Parts: sequence; structure tokens; C-alpha cells
Amino acid sequence: MGNEAPVTLITGARKGIGRFLAERLLARGERVAGISRTPSDLRHDDYLHFECDVADEKAMRSAIQSIRRRFGRLDNLVNNAGIASMNHALLTPASTVEQVLRTNVVGAFIAARESAKVMRQGGGGRIVNFTTVAVPLALEGEAAYVASKAAVESLTRVLARELGPFGIRVNAVGPTPVETDLIRAVPKEKIDALLARQVLPRMGTPEDVARVVDFFLSPASDFVTGQVIYLGGVR
Amino acid sequence: MTDASTVFELVRRLTVEELTAQGLDAPAEIGPDTRLFGKDGLLDSMALVSLVMSLEQEIAEQFGAEIALADDKALSQKHSPFRTVGSLVAYANGEIEAARGQ
Repeated sequence: MGNEAPVTLITGARKGIGRFLAERLLARGERVAGISRTPSDLRHDDYLHFECDVADEKAMRSAIQSIRRRFGRLDNLVNNAGIASMNHALLTPASTVEQVLRTNVVGAFIAARESAKVMRQGGGGRIVNFTTVAVPLALEGEAAYVASKAAVESLTRVLARELGPFGIRVNAVGPTPVETDLIRAVPKEKIDALLARQVLPRMGTPEDVARVVDFFLSPASDFVTGQVIYLGGVR
Repeated sequence: MTDASTVFELVRRLTVEELTAQGLDAPAEIGPDTRLFGKDGLLDSMALVSLVMSLEQEIAEQFGAEIALADDKALSQKHSPFRTVGSLVAYANGEIEAARGQ
């Protein structure tokens, strides 16, 4: 009662960038709901965790309605959940392509759709999607992943238009490689070659990503929507 | 307890609210045959989206049924299941029953 602190839903909140963002918002006194396929060990009075697959429509609907009941509102969605597949296209099974599209595109779509329904009731909200510098770099060896993130960028632009009338802004951040599980299996030479193509050739940090997310989530950015910001000077 | 008349009442009230929000007058009588969308419909596509979202929410609150009133033909001028008040009520009731049966 009377708690006016913003509520943010973060998908893929168990580890990596999602976990970093969750702890950061909680440290500011904001309220966070996290979703991941497995349990989280994050314990905080203002943190609520749901175990579900972002592409499971029914489970997501139920989770997001639970967030509405618990917190009474939803201000922000950080669509961070994502999986990658590093492989040559000629060696990639169709089942992998389907899996990547399902989590990265269908999952982001469902999370955005269900969140927007709750945001609309509160008079507006902000959605931040996750893409990657691999899209503008047309990075070889990641066909399925890059295609899924290109879809996320299109989704960002169209949703910005469709949800704009409800006061909901939709943007995307495109990180460079950041030291997380997502890239742990990628050989060092590959990462070095990728970094060499950036204007600022270094690895990103969760902090770098968080600052862009902060910018998009800030109520002061209320004239910014449908945008994609890449880190490292990539365009 | 769900019944068609409760959902009908909800759709009627939300339609009036939607029209009022747009600064439009609601017709004196809203019945099952009242056209919501398409030819001679009361609502444009944004207003229809807004009505359907509000209806989902009210159904979740009043009946405890979390349903999604999503359909590929939602914005079809001819075949939308949301074309009339009656068709929207029937669609919503079907979804509520389906949610309960699970």
C-alpha cells in the first residue's frame, strides 16, 4: 500500500545481465519481478521470481497477472531472456533454429504483449528489448541468432508504433560481447575478431548495458521510442 | 458465476466507456446485434483493441479466468469474431469456459 516505486519485469533474470539489472534496480529501492526457466537464489523483499519459459504463452500470462496482483502495476519490461547458437549455417539443425526463434522472438513478443496489457492500465510503460551488435555486423557463424535478433529489432519498431498510443515506449539495446554464459563457449580468436570490428574495441560490461537500459527506462526519455542503440560504436 | 448476460453487461458498459473516452455518444440501445467493428461499426481498430484489452482484464478480475482474446481474424472487416456485441460475448464466454475446463 502506498508503494510508488516503479515495478520492472526482467526476463532471463537468474544470471548474467538480467541478474545484474535486477540487483541494480532493487538497490535503488525499485521493485523487480524476474522470470527464468530455473529457480533464482536472489532473495529480496521487493523481488518476485517466476519459473517459466518465456515462450510458454499460458505460463507467461499467469506470471504477469500475478505481478499485477502483487504489485498493482507494471512500469517496465526488460526483455533480456535470450539464447544463442554459434555454428556454421551448414551444420545447424533446423530444431536449433526453431529453438532460438522461439525464445528470442516468440518469447519477447509474448512478454511484450502481456506486459503492455498491464502497462496500459497504469497509463503507460517502457519496454526494452535486447538485440546485438552481431546484427549490423552480419556476424558469420551466428545465422540463427542474428536472424532472431534482427526480428527483435523489427518487433521493436513496430511495437513502438502500435503501443505508442497507450503511452508505452519500446526501444532496444544492442550490446557487444559481454562476459556472460551466452558467449562462454565462443573461442577467444572469434571474440577478438569481433571486437576488432567495433569502433571501441573492448568487451562490454553489464554496467555498459545497464546505462543504456537506464536511459530507455527513464521517464525523462519520454520522446524516445522505436530506437536501437548499439554499444561500442557499432552501427 | 459466469453467464452470458454478465459478459454482455460488461461488453455493453466497456463499449460505452470506450466511446465516451473518444468524445463520442453511445447509441441509446446496445444489443447483441450492435456492430462494434467493420462496416457500420461503432469502433475504429484502436478503440476495438482497447475494448478487448479492458474486457480481458475485467474477466480476469470478475471470473478469475485469465484468457487472451486474441484471434488472427480480429481486425478482419468481414470475419472478425469481435464484429458485433453478440459475437464478442460468445467468443469471450467460450474462452472463459475453456479456461475453466482446464
